[in-house]
Amino acid sequence: MSEAHEHHTNYVKIWAILVALLCVSVIGPMFGIKVVTLLTAFGIAVVKAYMVAKNFMHVNLAPRYVTYLAVTCLVFMLLFFAGSAPDVMKAEGSNWQKPAWLAAKANAAGHGEDVHGH
Amino acid sequence: MAESATVAAGTAHGAHHRGETSFLRKYVISTDHKIIAMQYLFTGMAMALIGGFMSYAFRMQLAFPGIDVPGYGLVTPADYNALVTNHGSIMIFWVAMPVLIAAFGNYLIPLMIGCDDMVFPRLNRLSYQIFLLSVIVLLTSFFVEGGGFGGAWTSYPPLSAKSQYNLTPLGSTLWLSAVALEFVAFLMGGINFVTTTMNSRAPGMKMYDIPMVVWMIVIASILFMVSVGPLIAGAVMLFMDQNIGTAFYDPDRGGDPILWQHLFWFFGHPEVYVVLLPAVGIVADVITVFARKKLFAYRTVLYTAFATGVLSFTVWAHHQFIAGIDPRMANVFTVTTLLISVPIAEMCFVYIATLYGGSITLATPMLWALAFIGEFLIGGVTGIFLGASGSDIYLHDTYFVLAHFHYTFYPIAIIGTFAGVTFWFPKMFGRMMNDTLGKLHFWITIIAFNCIFIPLFMLGAAGQHRRIYDFTNFPELAMPWMQNLRVVATVSLLVMLGAQVIFIYNFFHSLFRGAVAGKNPWKSNTLEWSAESPPPHGNWTELPTVYRGPYEYSVPGRTEDYWPQNEPA
Amino acid sequence: MSATPIATTRSAAGMPTGRLAVWWVVASEIVIFGGLLGSYIMHRLAHDAWSVQAAHTNTWIGAFNTLVLLTSSLCAVLGHQAAEHGNGAKAARYLLYTALGGLTFLIVKAFEWTHEIHAGFTITSSTFWSFYYTAAGLHALHVLGGVVILLIVAAEARKNVALHRVELIGIYWHFVDIVWIFLFPLLYIAK
Repeated sequence: MSEAHEHHTNYVKIWAILVALLCVSVIGPMFGIKVVTLLTAFGIAVVKAYMVAKNFMHVNLAPRYVTYLAVTCLVFMLLFFAGSAPDVMKAEGSNWQKPAWLAAKANAAGHGEDVHGH
Repeated sequence: MAESATVAAGTAHGAHHRGETSFLRKYVISTDHKIIAMQYLFTGMAMALIGGFMSYAFRMQLAFPGIDVPGYGLVTPADYNALVTNHGSIMIFWVAMPVLIAAFGNYLIPLMIGCDDMVFPRLNRLSYQIFLLSVIVLLTSFFVEGGGFGGAWTSYPPLSAKSQYNLTPLGSTLWLSAVALEFVAFLMGGINFVTTTMNSRAPGMKMYDIPMVVWMIVIASILFMVSVGPLIAGAVMLFMDQNIGTAFYDPDRGGDPILWQHLFWFFGHPEVYVVLLPAVGIVADVITVFARKKLFAYRTVLYTAFATGVLSFTVWAHHQFIAGIDPRMANVFTVTTLLISVPIAEMCFVYIATLYGGSITLATPMLWALAFIGEFLIGGVTGIFLGASGSDIYLHDTYFVLAHFHYTFYPIAIIGTFAGVTFWFPKMFGRMMNDTLGKLHFWITIIAFNCIFIPLFMLGAAGQHRRIYDFTNFPELAMPWMQNLRVVATVSLLVMLGAQVIFIYNFFHSLFRGAVAGKNPWKSNTLEWSAESPPPHGNWTELPTVYRGPYEYSVPGRTEDYWPQNEPA
Repeated sequence: MSATPIATTRSAAGMPTGRLAVWWVVASEIVIFGGLLGSYIMHRLAHDAWSVQAAHTNTWIGAFNTLVLLTSSLCAVLGHQAAEHGNGAKAARYLLYTALGGLTFLIVKAFEWTHEIHAGFTITSSTFWSFYYTAAGLHALHVLGGVVILLIVAAEARKNVALHRVELIGIYWHFVDIVWIFLFPLLYIAK
């Protein structure tokens, strides 16, 4: 089984880094800049997930096909997103529309909310 | 691990086999993979009878509208919808999957890779119990108020989400719950198939020594696992829409019904390959034995199966071409759909190459295997018209689609099953089936099958729509030649269903009175034929070691034309 | 029929069977949560107006729960380390801390949801909230299931029985943590 405890990962250190990253991601939205928020929120999420997988789940010690399996699942989720988003994310397309969505958008625009077109 | 692995299989299991094991322990709550396989097999075959009966009822209605169907009664519009919905659902989820994957997988995998059971026998038992629960939930749905769910096996919202539309509030929830339970059962089963094959192979059995049917079941399990996830999420959302008033799929309240379609078909398309691959695997193992020839290109078939699996995830929206999807996506999906015919065609060519120059015996299993190739080819080529979005605009939702998928599903679920059952019956039950009856059953079934669905191709091309219970209401679809074809199809169905009596008789008669089969009546190479017929608990007293691949037939220089995997060099 | 088959003890794939099986389970959960979260993301990107609803999720509670889960993951991996060294009692203790973390998470969530429901944000009040409760709820069910298994494995580990299972439940638990690592920004930060 786990042969590579020779390098004795300091799990507490990893945990401390994770908590620090958590703090950064909470502070991120306080700047009010959308790009910064997205980066700190999701960029850090990806980093944290990678650290947990590598250091806690020992994915780096498992045979490679474990990584392939997990990555394949993620890739297929992206594929699903790519194939569905053009329909699910839009309020209208050629020959169809979702009237309630369009009405909601019009309402939101009417109340002065920040709405980014279609 | 608690038990010492050094003790030979026989004694390890002997210690737990206390002479008189009760019927309950031996057949009902057994963890033995062979018993669990039989449970899946018999349940699946019973469900096939129910699904077949449903097709009888609705085809009688279509051929003779308004008739009082013998054994059923009047088929009302609501009845019709429930019958076609449940016929489809049952055949896919409760016949094809349990028989091809769970029954053959459970039975064959430990035997073909040379170990004593699946790696998690109790989980295996639990998977069957959950599967049985799903059967009960589904059957219950027919008897609750409102009757069975009638929103098609694809269950599109808002029809499936709102009881004011589908009129089956209880039935729709029960149907959905049954499907969800079935998914859970197969996810659990998949754990066993994949880990057992990957980890528990006999010493000497490398990856490329694994028989094709085992590989195919493993790949199918992986495909199923990856594709079913989003649909499970979608089913949870649909369940909530049905029962607690959420609006995941309600466009009036911020939801989107197209999301369901995408979630469903993202699973639905790989699902057809989930059932196809095991059937293709069975055919590979049968034709090599009865042609006495090596599989023409083992690694090619294997890699092709993987490629098909991956590609199958990129084609799903060809089911939604006229649902209003973005036409640019339709272009993409047309290309991928046409592409996926290539690997399957390639597998067919490999099989034909395997047969070429072989010493062919037309025993009953071989007839079924050959029929699979021919009939599936017809299904495949008719898929081209549907995969091209332009022609699909006309053909979508017509009987052309229906005939196409029956020319694919029927070979998979029925022909593949008969090939497998007639081939492995001697191993499973220690007796030979009657070959003459087998051939009679084969010919009547195949001829009748074609007589059912070729008329439906013609009707579909002429514009006959699906899911209509009485075509006399549509003047353009009620012309005499069309109605005649409907009658031809229905009568052929009656003949085909009747022919199954021959199989049932043959099956049960051979079970008790068939000629005793030895270990290896077909002179096959794979490991299961080196065990007793039927194998005892633990399969072998001494687990085999493997020395070569599974398809070493007619090897030059040997006296025998086969070379079992476990025979030392 | 409780004898472990010889099949279970083989490891031709280079990994013990139990671990192979847990990774299989994790893979299947990736696609389940992936499908659900993907659906949420598609809807959220299309409905800017949801930010009005989403503003009512409590970022501090979410952050606290994240801290709780991260700490419980630490305990899980320390338990694994103890099990590696054959110290069943220590491993069991760490697993109990992990389970405690899970329970804390669930209790905090219970309070959080009670507060939100009282404020009128129920599962049907808006599709945002439907997704919120469904996604977080499905996750919470996995946390609950994980806690149960943690307790069972801990009970056996204390008697130095089946220590290899400490790692296995750990892998599952870390995955549950990772799902939350993505849920947190989705529902609480980038709202």
